[in-house]
Amino acid sequence: MDSAATHAWKIFDEVKPDMKPKEVMEEANRCLFCYDAPCMKACPTHIDVPLFIKKITTGNMKGSARIIMEANPVAATCARVCPTEELCEGACVLNDASLPIMIGDLQRHTMNWAMKNNPQLFEAGEQNGKRVAVIGAGPAGLSSARELARYGYQVTVFEKQAEAGGLDTYGIVPFRLPKHVALWEVEQIKKLGVSIQTNTEVGKDVSIQAVLDGFDAVILAIGMAHVPPLGIPGEELDGVFDAIQLIERVKSGHVTDRFSGKKAVVIGAGNTAIDAATCLKRLGAARVQIVYRRSEKEMTAYPFEYRFAKEEGIEFRWQTQPKRIEGDENGNVTSVVCAPIMLGEKDASGRRRPIEIDNAPFAINADIVVKAIGQMRDIPLIEAFDLAHDHGVVAVDPLTYQTSNPKVYAAGDVIFGNGKGEAMVVAAAEQGKKTAQAIHEQLLSKI
Amino acid sequence: MADLHIDFAGIKSKNPFWLASGPPTNTGYQVQRAFDAGWGGAVWKTLGDPVINVTSRFSGLNYGGQRVAGFNNIELITDRPLEVNLREIRETKRAYPDHAIIASLMVEPKQEKWHEIVKRVEDVGVDGLELNFGCPHGMAERRMGSASGQVPDLVEKQTYWTKEAAETPVIVKLTPNITDITATADAAVQGGADAISMINTINSLMGVDLDTWNTFPNIAGKGTHGGYSGPAVKPIALSMVAECATQPDIQVPISGIGGIENWQDAVEFMLMGASNVQVCTAAMHHGFRIVEDMIDGLTNYLDEKGLNSAMDLVGQSVSKYKKWGDLDLNHKRVARINQDYCIHCNKCHISCEDAAHQCIEFYTESDGTRALKVREEDCVGCNLCSIVCPADGAIEMIEQPSDVSMTWNERQRLISVFGG
Ligand SMILES: Cc1cc2nc3c(=O)[nH]c(=O)nc-3n(C[C@H](O)[C@H](O)[C@H](O)COP(=O)(O)OP(=O)(O)OC[C@H]3O[C@@H](n4cnc5c(N)ncnc54)[C@H](O)[C@@H]3O)c2cc1C
Ligand SMILES: Cc1cc2nc3c(=O)[nH]c(=O)nc-3n(C[C@H](O)[C@H](O)[C@H](O)COP(=O)(O)O)c2cc1C
Ligand code: SF4
Ligand code: SF4
Ligand code: SF4
Repeated sequence: MDSAATHAWKIFDEVKPDMKPKEVMEEANRCLFCYDAPCMKACPTHIDVPLFIKKITTGNMKGSARIIMEANPVAATCARVCPTEELCEGACVLNDASLPIMIGDLQRHTMNWAMKNNPQLFEAGEQNGKRVAVIGAGPAGLSSARELARYGYQVTVFEKQAEAGGLDTYGIVPFRLPKHVALWEVEQIKKLGVSIQTNTEVGKDVSIQAVLDGFDAVILAIGMAHVPPLGIPGEELDGVFDAIQLIERVKSGHVTDRFSGKKAVVIGAGNTAIDAATCLKRLGAARVQIVYRRSEKEMTAYPFEYRFAKEEGIEFRWQTQPKRIEGDENGNVTSVVCAPIMLGEKDASGRRRPIEIDNAPFAINADIVVKAIGQMRDIPLIEAFDLAHDHGVVAVDPLTYQTSNPKVYAAGDVIFGNGKGEAMVVAAAEQGKKTAQAIHEQLLSKI
Repeated sequence: MADLHIDFAGIKSKNPFWLASGPPTNTGYQVQRAFDAGWGGAVWKTLGDPVINVTSRFSGLNYGGQRVAGFNNIELITDRPLEVNLREIRETKRAYPDHAIIASLMVEPKQEKWHEIVKRVEDVGVDGLELNFGCPHGMAERRMGSASGQVPDLVEKQTYWTKEAAETPVIVKLTPNITDITATADAAVQGGADAISMINTINSLMGVDLDTWNTFPNIAGKGTHGGYSGPAVKPIALSMVAECATQPDIQVPISGIGGIENWQDAVEFMLMGASNVQVCTAAMHHGFRIVEDMIDGLTNYLDEKGLNSAMDLVGQSVSKYKKWGDLDLNHKRVARINQDYCIHCNKCHISCEDAAHQCIEFYTESDGTRALKVREEDCVGCNLCSIVCPADGAIEMIEQPSDVSMTWNERQRLISVFGG
């Protein structure tokens, strides 16, 4: 690699340094080892937080890793991307008395140890003769596959991408979540005998019928798809990008100078928008503005993400509705024309409804426009499976994760309802686990 | 995976972790909860003629923001009727046949008293007996506990009486409130003890309230000496175990007690000669659940060391524990500061300057910054700087090449042969 390329890569290195040994010990010993600890309840996967921290203090790192991964098969990822202040750390009893324990950082410390030392933590269960197909190797699919393998199922995961990991591998920016972390988690699951068939899209490379016929149960864990169209004029201009595709390319190692020195506008204010914006900064964009039609209060990005974006010099333009994208004679983007917004009554999602103020349009100069207004659903595939859904959100029994076809289960973003904040890796992991448990309970009688 | 089973003087236990006699083993309910949590055995709260306890019994030593660095109590033996305890022991043993239940006993130093209680507890199915010659308060006033535990003759005699009646192994629990623990340990062995356990609690007064001038703890404005336990007593307990383990006359198994909180503490005691360990204060501080990491941590440690059994640890460090006169006078080590890790608090400098040998000095680096260096020729290798240094790895004690080994005893022998 030449030095420019090396430099380009450096800026995509993980931002957050590892905890220092002294810091680890001081922090771990500060934990009270609470009984019936609220941090544990606040973790969607219910990691036994006091116990994994106690094990750090006694130098039992293997035990610490086992406690964490027992509850959460993608815990190295979660330690990096969980909104901990809303989950475990937010619930820590020391919030009131002093400062909360840095649970996420301690978890990252243990998981870094595990990634370095590769202890064998789990074993596949004795084969029970049943076969389960998992469609999608994101956190939901991987988590269910891990649990099923431990129960003794023969698990085949179909993944359309070249590598497994879902958005952990392709969607979350590398300086927050390096790809090797997600791939290490994939390795741990493969070690239990789970077969992960990449470059294999169900509905294209493998037929739906073959999946339905060839397995005792099927888990649909396909997540969501790309960013939907904005539905405004100018979307086809050169310089308009899809945030998820942009990050995916960066994560796959395509660092280009296409954005260097450019003025970029990112539309939307969820985590995807922020990841795209910080990515653009690293790709050399001179100015990055996030445009959002609601206010700071309604923004769905996590507080830590928002803080990070501001530190990175991202500008925010609240209550701003893009109306059209303008271009020059060569078809290149030149500006985004926007209307100011007033906030009205609360809508169904509990957020105040944006109302456009007419007759006051203004233009923001831009060479690059990145759409980050959520993700579409793979409705054709869901319908090809003949599953009940609401606008692409697959309907499931909340306890068993069974869809309208009792043989098909669904977990992760594919069942994540609109208007419920942001989707989370940790929630997908928990649903994967629960789905595996539900399948085991259903099929157990038949084993 | 390594095997944690132990055989302690014939008492089998699925792991070396027992609850020591004390509040956590007061009732059947508690002991059963403890077994469910994973404890291999429990020494029941000391049985004897019931007593009356005072309220306000404990006090904790907080150190630098950490609670319970040490713990003090003025609790006596069980205050529940013997019949109730016996019934619960029987029930517990029936429900948990694979767990070890040891009855801790304390009665007046009379032969018939010992014979009677031994019969009664063995009748309900205990796996062994532990004679409590240790409690430093309350019972001593009645010539029991440490009052009898401090007199080697009484230890020997009472052990003997117990052995006359006992069919299960007899463990003698020793008090640390004595100058030389091997004297009473030896007396126990002479009396026929199958094993010894140590330590019980140490005489202590936890503190005095600066506002009221009352003691901690206080009972209606009055206090008394209590028994000290918890992490602070571990080094004392460990040395007493080592003293006994290195005595050629004391060949019985040792149960290590005192300040054990985790698997690492347990390994230290076992390396120093204990065949199992007992825990009281840590269970009081955190609950029975601490045993999960003790079991898990010990298993992982043994696996990492390539050992098949926890018993393989027992006594491995005993031969390294010597009399001072057997230490090599020619051995030399010096402190060295690693600038990569130093955070420039200068604590090593001031400790050495004011309290050691004035050999850590300032110098100026080429870039003008001030740093510290050890004048190695004057360093006596006392370790003080490395003990006070807050930065891991900043001060290393480096072994120096030295002349052939020469201990004080060898030196004295040479002098006596060849003259000074
Ligand atoms: C930019 C961005 C940033 C985010 N940041 C965070 C964050 O900081 N913290 C957090 O907790 N969450 C974050 N999330 C959300 C999180 O990534 C998702 O909630 C999580 O990945 C959902 O997991 P999943 O397994 O349901 O789906 P996905 O991770 O999307 O995985 C689905 C998988 O299915 C595969 N697939 C789809 N269709 C088929 C098919 N027909 N055949 C075979 N395979 C198929 C896909 O290729 C993909 O690999 C972020 C998301 C994005 C987009
Ligand atoms: C509150 C309290 C009560 C105790 N009661 C007894 C007892 O009844 N019999 C006994 O042999 N030891 C008793 N002990 C002593 C413990 O069994 C143990 O020897 C001592 O506390 C040291 O171990 P530790 O540091 O793990 O607590 C008691 C200790 C405490 C703290
Ligand atoms: S709530 Fe806080 S102090 Fe208590 S166990 Fe959890 S992290 Fe530790
Ligand atoms: S620990 Fe329980 S018994 Fe003791 S003082 Fe507190 S509430 Fe009372
Ligand atoms: S005590 Fe340690 S950290 Fe402080 S100055 Fe000395 S070597 Fe450096």
